[in-house]
Amino acid sequence: MSASAITMMVIGMVILWGGLLASIANVVVVSRKK
Amino acid sequence: MEDRQQWGSRYGFILAAVGSAIGLGNIWRFPAVAYENGGGAFFIPYLIALLTAGIPLLILEFTIGHKYRGSAPLSYFRLHKNAEWLGWWQVFVAFVISTYYAVIIAWALKYSIYGLNLTWGDKPSDFFYGEVLKLSAKPGDVGGLVHGVVIALLLVWVVTLSVLYKGVSKGIEKFNKIFIPALVVMFLVIVLRALTLDGAADGLNTFFKPNWDAIGDGKVWVAAYGQIFFSLSIAFAIMVTYSSYLPKKSDINNNAFITGFANSGFELLAGIGVFAALGFMAAQQGVPVDKVVKGGIGLAFEVFPAIINEFPGFNGFFGTLFFLTLVFAGMTSLISIVETYVAALQDKFGISRTKAVLFGGGVASVISLLFATEGGLYILDITDYFINNFGITLAGLVEVVLVAWVFKQLRGLQNHANAISDLRTGLWWKACLGIVTPLLLGYMMFDAIKQNIAKNYGDYPTELIITYGLAVAVGVIILGFALSFVKGKKNHLETAKKEAS
Repeated sequence: MSASAITMMVIGMVILWGGLLASIANVVVVSRKK
Repeated sequence: MEDRQQWGSRYGFILAAVGSAIGLGNIWRFPAVAYENGGGAFFIPYLIALLTAGIPLLILEFTIGHKYRGSAPLSYFRLHKNAEWLGWWQVFVAFVISTYYAVIIAWALKYSIYGLNLTWGDKPSDFFYGEVLKLSAKPGDVGGLVHGVVIALLLVWVVTLSVLYKGVSKGIEKFNKIFIPALVVMFLVIVLRALTLDGAADGLNTFFKPNWDAIGDGKVWVAAYGQIFFSLSIAFAIMVTYSSYLPKKSDINNNAFITGFANSGFELLAGIGVFAALGFMAAQQGVPVDKVVKGGIGLAFEVFPAIINEFPGFNGFFGTLFFLTLVFAGMTSLISIVETYVAALQDKFGISRTKAVLFGGGVASVISLLFATEGGLYILDITDYFINNFGITLAGLVEVVLVAWVFKQLRGLQNHANAISDLRTGLWWKACLGIVTPLLLGYMMFDAIKQNIAKNYGDYPTELIITYGLAVAVGVIILGFALSFVKGKKNHLETAKKEAS
């Protein structure tokens, strides 16, 4: 795979899967605070 | 407002909303759309579309359903006394989609059994169009019913209506709690296997290699917003209906972020799996990957069986597994689509859930037989194109324009969502819905109209385009208006009318 293809794959993974994990983590953090 | 059924848990609601959003399009539409529109570079407009249209629209529909606690027609009526027709229009769009979506799931169900011994043989295309669909020679020849498809279709409808009959918590929620985790695990198994095949890296390189020139092309941006829009189950009554079953204290904004990211995250996973498999197929045939790329029905029922044939081992297992993922993804979406008119019938006429399921599902299942005929694929193709481009897109455009500009309800809805959510939205949300989304949807409509004036979709004869395309797209609007004038059951819609006035 070319470096540019790997970069775009990693960017996609970090933003989309990271965004999902961050949203779920927010639920956990908020529920613990309560 | 009357007592409504509720989700048993927040987890249950999120799984149901994600189950609705993740459908067949995630698996067979996204990879091809991304590849054709700049590859890796497509992720830039796609992510911007997710944050400026997808998630804001999800928040809007979750808020409308939660605040007004009704099916789409009732919720829109409660939002404004002149907006009930919009809800019915979206419900009829959902009704039409359910009639042909069930047929596609029926094909996938048949293929999950064919996969066991690779019944499709060496020529999957001939097998699909000839043996399975018995496709008529030309569009317009409806022909007789294809019995093999009808039997599978019957099974799809029985399962769907049984789940809906059980209700929101015991039916829809329970089904999604089982089948969404199962779908993700099964799809992960397929993706991991695809990644270890020869040629997978070439496939991924083809998919992710960025073509930066594409970013400057307006069509790529329209494709990105279109993918986000069609993929999230927005503007056809589903998310309004589902969120009407949320408890009063619900974090609407974060639920929308989870749903949006889960849907797009699954699309990315599908893109990785599909292109790794396409890379393998290209390596086996000794051709470049771009020669084997396909999307839609062709990818699922022609290309994938050919890929499964070439697998080095466990072909039957992976064949069945792939088509079962399509069945699971399709079923969780179909249930949400049918729920829109089950809920609308209950709210409007005050009938029991059983009657609403039997009547709504019964009529839809009879109409769906049209798509299980020898000429059904042609009708399905035309109806799907028109109901998407002139049903969902136009309904979405009218929804945001009415809510944001005509009824000026954005501030009130935002206050409602922010009051019960941990994540708060600000100017970003109102700007996205008031300006960005109407402009983009308006352009998508303009573009679709321009293309259809220049040339008939798919080169189909004009009479077929009018009968199965335009008449359906216009018909759902007329029916939407008509139903809004029909007198509803006292204590239901009329009670709501009094509350609204």
